[in-house]
Amino acid sequence: MFAHIEPMPNLTKRAPSLRLILGLVAAALFLAGWQLTARLGGLPSFILPSPADVWTRFLLVLADGSLLSHTLVTLTEALTGLLAGAVFATLMGYLIARSRVLENLLSPYLVASQAIPLVAIAPLLVIWFGPGMFSKFLICALIVFFPVLVNTVVGVRAVPAALHDLMTSLRASRAQSLLKLEVPAALPVFLGGLRIGATLSVIGAVVGELVGSDRGLGFLVNVGRGQYDTALVFVAVFALIALALTLYGIVALAEKKLLVWQNVER
Amino acid sequence: MTTVPPILTLRDLSATFPDNNGGLQALERVSFDVHPREFVALIGPSGCGKSTLLRILAGILRPSAGDVDFGDLRQPRVGMVFQQANLMPWRTTLENIMLPLELSGDADAETRARALIELVGLTGFEHNWPRELSGGMAQRVAIARALVHDPDLLLLDEPFGSLDALTRERMWMELSRIWQARQNTVIMVTHSISEALFLADRVLVLTARPGRVKLDLQVDLPRPRADEMRFTSHFGNLARNLKEAIE
Repeated sequence: MFAHIEPMPNLTKRAPSLRLILGLVAAALFLAGWQLTARLGGLPSFILPSPADVWTRFLLVLADGSLLSHTLVTLTEALTGLLAGAVFATLMGYLIARSRVLENLLSPYLVASQAIPLVAIAPLLVIWFGPGMFSKFLICALIVFFPVLVNTVVGVRAVPAALHDLMTSLRASRAQSLLKLEVPAALPVFLGGLRIGATLSVIGAVVGELVGSDRGLGFLVNVGRGQYDTALVFVAVFALIALALTLYGIVALAEKKLLVWQNVER
Repeated sequence: MTTVPPILTLRDLSATFPDNNGGLQALERVSFDVHPREFVALIGPSGCGKSTLLRILAGILRPSAGDVDFGDLRQPRVGMVFQQANLMPWRTTLENIMLPLELSGDADAETRARALIELVGLTGFEHNWPRELSGGMAQRVAIARALVHDPDLLLLDEPFGSLDALTRERMWMELSRIWQARQNTVIMVTHSISEALFLADRVLVLTARPGRVKLDLQVDLPRPRADEMRFTSHFGNLARNLKEAIE
């Protein structure tokens, strides 16, 4: 009776052009609403600048090169902090996952350390290590450390015991078990932790810069606030969003490339 | 066969797992020989230590007493097939099968793996991921992986237990054919009397925990064995012997 039973059209599986159009419509609506609020609300520009004001300010700081140089400072802090924090967390995480003694020894301190709000100790780090990039690097590394550590421990612990048995029956060496079993098996969970760490590290850099610095996007926010140049604050915030999304995107892309086997349809 | 020295001798092998009241004894003084190219099935009630025995032979567990003597081999190459296929999900069919050769550093890993893929009938699925394979196909990959490094001893731990009845019986034919082609020494743990009689030269019945060898039965059914053999009276008699020994 029914010649064809077609599946219901699925919005997410439609051509990407439709998704792009919908995304642009949403952005346009957002900007229009913003512009209307700023104009019709009669708010002064130092309370709520219009999108046009922000755009003009953006072109200005883009042209004199200051936006780029401040962005590069924050990017460097976030990236080096992410790298150092992640490397250290991965090593510690692996040791903790493999040794109950080490876990019992360290985990109370690690958990307690998470109760300290980083925002509160950022001033201390700036006092101790100066207003330069090094204190920001430390804050980033600290903020990235915990999520990567936890995910490394969980990832290594989740390696199936049966696969360890297989490696033993094949007389694999310790190094072979690490490289051919533990690393690939723990990779999905590990990369999940790194993805969280990537966005956190941008937050860490900005927190450090807000506390005390003479460079970076957090510094730019402070400058804009001090001079009632609210449009500049907006420019810096958008630059920060772009930065965090870029770092997140890089990790997400690495996940997509490295974990092809997870994405196949059954 | 009496002139050929055994490839494997178990002497008074015992295994005890630590627990709260003095340890749980899984195996008690198990002794038997296995000759080269013999296909031995181990059968017995649940929890009789069959899998423990296999894991000791694979080097995964240590016996608490007694010893395992591999004669001249000392460090035998072992291929093991588990109850589940136990494939690495991040490796394709071909890569999973190549694993044992990668670990031992063999140069012609891919050629040998491809030959095994043909033997187990998986041609065309070389580059599929494990999650794309059916249960029967995944278990074929596991068998190919266990054979690719030409092991001295093939250990099968209820290899078809997780498959449906029809697939399981098809896999018996496959395994029988593969064994005829490769002539490895095999020790297989199973719950199924038919499976043991269909595949093995010899069936060892273990008692309930702690496991001891209760019956050592030679299966004198001619090879190659076909499906119809399971309905002959001789097969029925052997099956009855085993059933009585298990209960």
